[in-house]
Amino acid sequence: MTPAGLETKSDLKPPLWLLAELTYRCPLQCPYCSNPLEIAKYQNELSTEDWVRVMQQARKMGAAQIGFSGGEPLVRPDLEELVQEARHLGYYTNLITSGVGMDEARIKRLKDAGLDHIQISFQASDEELNNFLGGTKTFQHKKEMARLVKAYEYPMVLNIVIHRKNIDQIRDILEMTVELDADYVELASTQYYGWSRINVDQLLPTREQLARAEIVAKEYQERMKGKSRIIYVIPDYFENRPKPCMNGWGAIFLTIAPDGTALPCHEAGQLPIDFPNVKEVSVEEAWKDSPGFNHFRGFEWMKEPCRSCDEKEKDFGGCRCQAFMMTGDAANTDPVCDKSPKHQELLDDVERIEKLAAQEAAHQVEAKPLVFRNMKNSKQIVKEAADV
Amino acid sequence: MNINKADIPEIAPTFRFQWEEVQDCYVVLYPEGMVKLSGSAGEIMKRINGEHSVDTIIKDLETTFSENKLEDDVIKFLEVAYDTGWIRNKK
Ligand code: SF4
Ligand code: SF4
Repeated sequence: MTPAGLETKSDLKPPLWLLAELTYRCPLQCPYCSNPLEIAKYQNELSTEDWVRVMQQARKMGAAQIGFSGGEPLVRPDLEELVQEARHLGYYTNLITSGVGMDEARIKRLKDAGLDHIQISFQASDEELNNFLGGTKTFQHKKEMARLVKAYEYPMVLNIVIHRKNIDQIRDILEMTVELDADYVELASTQYYGWSRINVDQLLPTREQLARAEIVAKEYQERMKGKSRIIYVIPDYFENRPKPCMNGWGAIFLTIAPDGTALPCHEAGQLPIDFPNVKEVSVEEAWKDSPGFNHFRGFEWMKEPCRSCDEKEKDFGGCRCQAFMMTGDAANTDPVCDKSPKHQELLDDVERIEKLAAQEAAHQVEAKPLVFRNMKNSKQIVKEAADV
Repeated sequence: MNINKADIPEIAPTFRFQWEEVQDCYVVLYPEGMVKLSGSAGEIMKRINGEHSVDTIIKDLETTFSENKLEDDVIKFLEVAYDTGWIRNKK
C-alpha cells in the first residue's frame, strides 16, 4: 500500500476550471445566494495585478475555462481588462452575471475584450422575480439584455435558480426562455449552502412540486430538442446517492475567493481547514502542495461506509461541505447517500419542511421571513458567531 | 444534415477551436465545457476556416497524409460537427 497522498500526487492532473470570484459586492440580495454568510469579511479584494498573475499561473498549468463570478462581477471596473487578459491567455471566458448593471456599451466592450459567453442568471429577489414574470420593468431590461446577447453572437445561457417560491411558475419561466431564444437553459435547483441554507425552511420545494415541475421540464425538453438544451436537476436532498461533488476534491476545479483564498470549491471556505492564499503562494503550490487541496484527495481519508463501498470512485463520497454541515465532520459520508447513518435525519428534516410548507400553503402558519443576503445581515451573523 | 461537397463550413461563433498544450490535443470549447478531439478530428477541424469547401478539405487531407478514400471518414465527422453545432455553413 502507498501512504496516503503519494499515489494521488504522481497522477495529479492540473485544474481545468478557474472560478474567479471577483467580488462579493452585489446590488441584489437573493435569499438563495450560495455565497458564504461571512461576505462582509471579504473587503480586501485582489487587485487587477493579482488576478492577472493568478490567471497566468493557472493557464500555464492547463486551466482552459475561466468563470468570472461573484457577487456581481460587473461591479469591478477592471472586468473588461481581466477578460481581455484571460482571452489573450487562451481561456474560454465565461461571465456569470445577474445582468444588473449591464448595458449595451458594456456588452460591446466585453465583446471587444474577447468575452466568449455571458450567462444571465435570473436570481433576483422574490419581488423582482414576480416583476419579470409579470412583464414589468426588470423583465424588459432582462429581455433587452438577452436580445443584445444574441445580437452580439454570444451563446445564450439562461440560468434560473429554482426553489419553493418559484417552482410552480416553471411553465412561465420556460416560456420566457423560449421567447428569449436561449441556447441553453439551466433550471438550477437551489443548493443549500450559505444563505440558502439558513433559508432552507422557506425555499425547499415539496416532492409534489418537484414531480409536477419535472413533467413540465420534460415537455419542454422534448419540444425544444435541437433548438435549446434544457437541463433540470432536482435538489439532491431528494436523491439516494450524492452528487460526485466537484468531480472530486482538487481534481479539476479551482476557485479563488475575492480575498485570494484558493479553494477546491466555492463552498469549501466554511470548512475548518486551512486554505492557501494566492497573495502568498503560487497557484501551482496551492494546487499541488497545500494541505488544504490535498485534504480529501484520493480515498485514504474516507470513513465507513464510503471506505469499503464499491461506488466511491463514482461519487467520491459526495459533498464534503454537506457532510460537514449535517454531521459536523467533513470526512463523513454525505447524508444524501442512503448508506449514511445520518440519511434518516435528512429525510426527517425534509419531511418537517414539507409539513411546514403545507401549513403555510393552508395559511395555518405564517411563513418565516427570508434572510436577505446583504452586508448588514452578514455583519450581524458574523457578530453573533463571535459572541457565542 | 445533408452535406454538399461545395459547402463552405466555418466554426460557429459560439464555439472555439484551439490547440491545448497541456492536453496535447485540439479541443472545442463552449460555455463551461470542453471536448478533446482525436488526432484526425483535429486535422479536419483545423482546415475549417470559412474559406475552404468540404471538397478542398478532403483533397488537402488526402495529399497531406498521402491517403485516398478519406471522404467517408471526413463526411462522417462533419455530420457530427454540424449536428452538435460546432460548425455551420458560411452564408
Ligand atoms: S445569488 Fe443574487 S445576491 Fe448572490 S451574488 Fe448572485 S445576484 Fe448577488
Ligand atoms: S457510501 Fe459513500 S461512496 Fe458509497 S455510495 Fe454512499 S456516498 Fe458514495
